Amino acid sequence: MISEELDIAPKNVPGNDLPARNDNGPVQYVNELTTLNLGPTHPATHGIFQNILQMDGEKIVSSEQTIGYIHRAFEKIAERRPFYQITTLTDRMNYCSSPINNMGWHMTVEKLLGIDVPKRAQYIRVILMELARISDHLICNGILGVDAGAFTGFLYIYQERENIYDIYEEVCGARLTTNMGRIGGMERDLSPTAIRKIKELLVRFPKVLTEFENLFNRNRIFMDRVVNVGGISAERALSYGFTGPNLRAAGVDYDVRVMNPYSSYQDFEFDIPVGQSGDTYDRFMVRNGEMWQSLRIIEQALNNLPEGPYYADAPQYYLPPKQEVYKNMEALIYHFKIVMGEIDAPVGEVYHAVEGGNGELGFYLISDGGRTPYRLHFRRPCFIYYQAYPEMCKGLTLSDAIVIMSSMNVIAGELDA
Amino acid sequence: MLTNEEVAQTLIQQFGETVSDFDDPYDLLTFSTSRDHIVEVVQYLRDHPVYQVGFLTDVTAVHYPDSVGKEFCVVYHMHSLTNNFRIRIKVYLQADDVHIPTIIPLFAGANWMERETFDLFGISFDGHPDLRRILNMEEMDYHPMRKQYPLEDETREDKIDALFGR
Repeated sequence: MISEELDIAPKNVPGNDLPARNDNGPVQYVNELTTLNLGPTHPATHGIFQNILQMDGEKIVSSEQTIGYIHRAFEKIAERRPFYQITTLTDRMNYCSSPINNMGWHMTVEKLLGIDVPKRAQYIRVILMELARISDHLICNGILGVDAGAFTGFLYIYQERENIYDIYEEVCGARLTTNMGRIGGMERDLSPTAIRKIKELLVRFPKVLTEFENLFNRNRIFMDRVVNVGGISAERALSYGFTGPNLRAAGVDYDVRVMNPYSSYQDFEFDIPVGQSGDTYDRFMVRNGEMWQSLRIIEQALNNLPEGPYYADAPQYYLPPKQEVYKNMEALIYHFKIVMGEIDAPVGEVYHAVEGGNGELGFYLISDGGRTPYRLHFRRPCFIYYQAYPEMCKGLTLSDAIVIMSSMNVIAGELDA
Repeated sequence: MLTNEEVAQTLIQQFGETVSDFDDPYDLLTFSTSRDHIVEVVQYLRDHPVYQVGFLTDVTAVHYPDSVGKEFCVVYHMHSLTNNFRIRIKVYLQADDVHIPTIIPLFAGANWMERETFDLFGISFDGHPDLRRILNMEEMDYHPMRKQYPLEDETREDKIDALFGR
């Protein structure tokens, strides 16, 4: 033992009156753990949430999560807002793919009210939701590259995310918090400019995505960082309530779009990419595969875009066009009633789920017939699967923990609601 | 394809009086059970060889301050991925006795869902290993989603419920 060798104090030497230098025996080296704060404002957490890591040298022994830094009490606020005003709250949950949240909320209310949305509106919604999924996955995969030290891919694809935001802007006027669509359909038809921009994207984006995949998919350095890092078995993933790309990376082909088709998803042909080991690499590959499938869906929806109205014939729920309000008595009455929240919502409870960027985004709505929901609960996929994070990064190094967090795509807005 | 009727009949045969209030609003099988039987029911559904309701979608709660004796309702949403069948289980609790057993041993994901429910509604889950607030800060001394805490200033007269509805 080194400590014993170092202990040079004379001991039990006859004739030496000095006491032993160390009465407690040789110096003990205690195996101390280091506490490391990962967050709340760490550049690699991409949002405000904290992980207190206990590190044994390089290895993570345990981690304790603190969330709620941007909790905005959406569920409480929703209890004071008419249905159409809640759309703006859903924007701010998963802000990387707000159109999916918006459409999910509209569909929940339409289910409660029993409105049948025309095919054209459903197809437009599908196009927008798939664009949102692409932009969501682009951010996640791009930033995974950044966190692994590869900035180039991120820059290549970020331009395309801007282009998708331009399409949002053309459709609804906003880029990030879109507030897109209305209960009963869309607020306006797809403009020729929007259709042209989507078509341009369909031509340009495959090249960019191919280039991105060429940079990463078989890249030795990248694979060394992500293969077999943060794997989770299908059983554990299901037990933890994983959904979306993270569950599919573990090998379970659960996709809400296929299992409970909404908004005419049954009309389109697409595959569900699945992984095997549920590790970071599989999550990355599943997201890449999903972007290709989203492109397929957009192409089919755009080519088969049905003619007809873009909103349901439900004047008591769908805001009438503004010019009608100025000259038409019925339109004015309905406008007033809808804005004041005087719609006759039925009493009932609805659960509606859509496939969000991160997984099953559920809306549990209880209506007591009033102008606002009696209770509204959001099933936020991030919030549910993020609790598996300590288990996934246990025994790995800090740099692994960073890429695992990136590849799980934890969005603070959705985590805290 | 499982039908609501079929599953409801099986549950009644298995559990008799302890499951009640069967309903299917918007085609989602809903029923109530009691605090003493919730773990048993969830486990039965999870381990059933045919139904395989092996996915816990959500745990949340609702506050009904006006229904005496049933002030709180804990709501579980479950999903059978093999049969594509969803189910909703409710447990009503009294305001002076809000606790319910945890289902973490059955589903690891229930941990944070139950913590959130505790945080927002003050429902305590017996046997939960780490029942702390999760979204709000530790120092908070009330459970904000309960209906007695109004969102807006009640002294405002421009938004009174009598005129504008709730």
